[in-house]
Amino acid sequence: MALSWLLLILLALAVIGYFTGRSRALASAGGDTRELHSLPSYYGYNVALSALVPALGVLIVWLLVQPMIVNSTVSGLIPDTAIPEGSDRGLIMSEVRRVANGLNGAVATGALTEAQAQDANADIDALTSALKDAGQVLTQDVTQPILVAAQKYRSMTGTGSVAMQVIVLALALIGAAFAYVRTHKEFRARNVVEQGVLALLLLAASIAILTTVGIVLSMLFETMNFFQLHSWKDFFFGSTWAPNFRGGSELSILPLLWGTLYISLIALLVAVPIGLFAAIYLSEYASGATRAIAKPLLEILAGIPTIVYGLFALLTVGPALVSLFGDGGALGLGWMSSSNAVLTAGLVMGIMLIPFVSSLSDDIINAVPQSMRDGSLGLGATKSETVRQVILPAALPGIVGAILLAASRAIGETMIVVMAAGAIAKFSGNPFEAMTTITTRIVSQLTGDTDFASPETLVAFALGLTLFIITLGLNIFALYIVRKYREQYE
Amino acid sequence: MTDISQNSGAAPAAKPKGGSLFEKDARTKRRNAAEGRFKLYGIAAIGIGLLMLVVLVTNIVTAGTGAFQQSFLELNVELKEDKLDKKGNRNIEDIKKVSTFGYAPLIASALEAEVAKLGIQTDLSPKDMGKILSKAAQAELRNYVISNPDEIGKTVSFRFLVNSRVDGYMKGRVTRESIANDKSISVEQLDFVDQLRDAGILYKAFNPDFIFGSDASDQRPEAAGIGVSMLGSLFMMFVVLALALPIGVAASIYLEEFAPQNRLTDIIEVNISNLAAVPSIVFGILGLAVFINYMHLPTSAPLVGGLVLTLMTLPTIIISTRASLKAVPPSIRDAALGVGASKMQAVFHHVLPLAAPGILTGTIIGLAQALGETAPLLLIGMVGFIASNPPDGIVAGFLSPNSAMPAQIYEWSKRADPAFYERAWGGIIILLIFLVTMNTIAVILRRRFERRW
Amino acid sequence: MMNDMTRVERTVDSKDIKIAANKVQVYYGDTHAIKDVDVQIEDKTVTAFIGPSGCGKSTFLRCLNRMNDTIDICRVEGDILLDGEDIYDKRVDPVQLRAKVGMVFQKPNPFPKSIYDNVAYGPRIHGLAKNKAELDEIVEKSLRRGAIWDEVKDRLDAPGTGLSGGQQQRLCIARAVATEPEVLLMDEPCSALDPIATAQVEELIDELRSRYSVVIVTHSMQQAARVSQKTAFFHLGNLVEFGETGQIFTNPEDPRTESYITGRIG
Repeated sequence: MALSWLLLILLALAVIGYFTGRSRALASAGGDTRELHSLPSYYGYNVALSALVPALGVLIVWLLVQPMIVNSTVSGLIPDTAIPEGSDRGLIMSEVRRVANGLNGAVATGALTEAQAQDANADIDALTSALKDAGQVLTQDVTQPILVAAQKYRSMTGTGSVAMQVIVLALALIGAAFAYVRTHKEFRARNVVEQGVLALLLLAASIAILTTVGIVLSMLFETMNFFQLHSWKDFFFGSTWAPNFRGGSELSILPLLWGTLYISLIALLVAVPIGLFAAIYLSEYASGATRAIAKPLLEILAGIPTIVYGLFALLTVGPALVSLFGDGGALGLGWMSSSNAVLTAGLVMGIMLIPFVSSLSDDIINAVPQSMRDGSLGLGATKSETVRQVILPAALPGIVGAILLAASRAIGETMIVVMAAGAIAKFSGNPFEAMTTITTRIVSQLTGDTDFASPETLVAFALGLTLFIITLGLNIFALYIVRKYREQYE
Repeated sequence: MTDISQNSGAAPAAKPKGGSLFEKDARTKRRNAAEGRFKLYGIAAIGIGLLMLVVLVTNIVTAGTGAFQQSFLELNVELKEDKLDKKGNRNIEDIKKVSTFGYAPLIASALEAEVAKLGIQTDLSPKDMGKILSKAAQAELRNYVISNPDEIGKTVSFRFLVNSRVDGYMKGRVTRESIANDKSISVEQLDFVDQLRDAGILYKAFNPDFIFGSDASDQRPEAAGIGVSMLGSLFMMFVVLALALPIGVAASIYLEEFAPQNRLTDIIEVNISNLAAVPSIVFGILGLAVFINYMHLPTSAPLVGGLVLTLMTLPTIIISTRASLKAVPPSIRDAALGVGASKMQAVFHHVLPLAAPGILTGTIIGLAQALGETAPLLLIGMVGFIASNPPDGIVAGFLSPNSAMPAQIYEWSKRADPAFYERAWGGIIILLIFLVTMNTIAVILRRRFERRW
Repeated sequence: MMNDMTRVERTVDSKDIKIAANKVQVYYGDTHAIKDVDVQIEDKTVTAFIGPSGCGKSTFLRCLNRMNDTIDICRVEGDILLDGEDIYDKRVDPVQLRAKVGMVFQKPNPFPKSIYDNVAYGPRIHGLAKNKAELDEIVEKSLRRGAIWDEVKDRLDAPGTGLSGGQQQRLCIARAVATEPEVLLMDEPCSALDPIATAQVEELIDELRSRYSVVIVTHSMQQAARVSQKTAFFHLGNLVEFGETGQIFTNPEDPRTESYITGRIG
């Protein structure tokens, strides 16, 4: 029985529960709704929710936990001797899953009988060819331990899902029956339903926490795996990034961090002056009409997807820079050999960040009380003197916060650097050279053929975790500064 | 002491000590010049920002419009029975046995006949003449024959795609100089193309297949379209809408209306504001680790993409929903509570409907953001997958591998043939049309329903 | 000293006219906020503008140093002459004008800088001091004139925002005085202060009269009677009556003035 069927049955139970609950309540009040404690529909909702919520909860938990248990049990079955040189348990386990899926497929198409699929002593060659004939994909030769593990995997998964269906359905029925029995005209159905709804609302709000926990855990485990395979000293303090899929990689974050920070710095050098001056002009000088036109137009830049900026950098800005600074370029400098360069990515990222800086700064400058401006203008200061000597110093903490938020954006930006920064990890101060960043390396280590047992792949999780911590730290710090700043003028 | 001496000089009777107001002193002139410069910096900053916008948009339009046009060659092909259906019984299985390759001679001879008819003089061999056509032409002919077996033996008029070099020549991207080292096309072939164009059978026309068609392998840029990945994006947006809207609204209602002032609430709030600023690539890692490696959901599936984008969009939706709930004045809640409604009823019957336009606006903006997002899709395998066939059915639409619009654009940008760049820009035009439409709807909704309390 | 009637009885010598306003009209968009106001403000005199809220007294005050220029929709017609020169003339730079016509606001608004920098701000932008010693001297002199020197002389580096409300307002007055203005405009300078601070500021205003022409907007009739020699009564954008303070309070000519003073309108 497929999952969708189970869900449909649960929904049907809930609908039936709603109507029976409602009619039972009405019956207990002799058909007079005024006799009831709550509106009739609340009695219906009570039964429906009692049927649905516990059952669905168990279903979700089960779906999450079962693979964990099955995996650990089955992987315990594989003897160390069955793991070939250069491979590891994780790889064997994915092979086991593939064989198990193959067996399932073959049984479903009738290429194998159930008995054949479960036969632990089956002839491996015959089985392999039967699987291949049935169109199942196998990457490796099936070995005896893999077959045994796969069969165990199959049987555990099968038993597990049958048990899950039985328990979930039973829970739904029990819940519905319990609520149905309690349905009576004196029963405070509205209060109970509202408690239930409140719990669901809280659950929805907690998804934010779950997501964060998910992000941290998903990266933390793989990062720990990575540090078992690779020295943490090299990761944090090494000087070279040279992944080598035959082993002996040097995987240090420092050159990547340098590239990331360098590109972000250029982006900020473009975005901060332009964004800040734009914000100052819009909030202090521009007439209402200018502001009403220029502000939304600038903000369009913020709504353009990063893939567009990436393409702009790759196909337009990069070649344009090469034609200026490259060999035989307009300036005849010969400084730039490829359109992939720190400068290309930095400039385009800077353009992307202009509206980000300007709208944050605009908010912050507007938060400076008008009385400050009046005080300064009343002393005979010009507007620019007022801005430079009174407003900017007063708004400085807020603007620093805004710049930190922009920096965090720049550090985490992916598409522009993937398309325009290049792939060479090095420490260099030359902005015309290609360099690589943390996000770029995450993408390249995790796309294509990946092997989740090799340090070259797992390093991406360590990079991701580092990136997450850096941006999170910047954000928390920036939001703290901005909040303190706002409180000052409230 | 200074006080007094200052005093006598500082307060003359009638005439101002600083001179006439009508004459600016040197210092004021200097200060006004500084003021002018400062203002100019501001104007320059806005100017640069707007200039960048103009450059970007102009660049997209000029580079991308070409993708909506394609060069076609019109040919009358005789569907020879002795080649296509030797047994002559129109058995579809027999017809299918003729491979794509088997159709090449038909096209070659059709082209030769056309050339002879038009009296075009060329030194090219018929084989080289045929090379100006797209590799997709034979497949197109075969598909036509398989779906119309009755046409075998007749002469049918076709509009074949020409290959990307010829198309580039027609659009001005490829020139006689630029093909000096290009093995796939020669100057003679371009001369031949000129003759065909003058004869009026080789021309540019609107190409709907770019919008509705599927991606093609990197040998045939002229046949690639964005239609299938558009479907991929559509299915992802369904997932995002179905999950992010209810969860986001529920979370906002809890936080705005019911949450007690305690640690848990604080943690949730801080969490949401920080999640909104987590780099999107991190959500991709989460998706890869949880949905694919742990839950074993299918790689490249729009369902997984949708789940990842849901988590990414949730903070945006929650923040805007909370703002619109907050905008509903407390008097509405008090009124409902005052007639004996429970708090839950007050919220669901009165506050939520009043906040609905704002919630909808926020949701549309969140969806638009999700639609344009690329980075997390890279990690869950929606890039690199060639979306060559539309999904068959709704379930397959969610579960079978597909691409998405921004992922497809990225994919094209990585391919070697520059003809794909034109398609990438064209794809961006389509993506931006979607985004502009969504944002316009959001703005209209906001203008139409915005209520000032 | 703060007895209401003491100053009312005193005769006032006629002095030079510092500011002369002629048929001044002010519009906020379509609203006609000030109608046909003629007023002559004398040198070395405290002139009080009184009237009910929204009568235009603050708006008119802000015309005198062109602070209304900062509001886009505000339009001023008519002539306002400072020492015989039209301050709305095209040749006039409002920046130079405001150096001559200083302003103190309703709410104390010290800049988020040190006390010293607050006072030194005006002299610095107008280039009044040649060197640090001169600047120190100006700061001290201004703080003394603001009657706050003794309270802050030991903490000139402390932020101005850390002072009490009354101290902040006196700091703002010292700041305004530091640019050596000829006219000092005060827009309800005591409305945010407690009675003790108010008394201190009022005493200060009386002292300032010896050097400057002071124009004060106030919603308190007692205050007007205490500190001013001339009083102008505004009502609904019109200047209803203008004359000697004593006369306005004891023997008003216009029935509207009388109603206001006796508390029937307000």
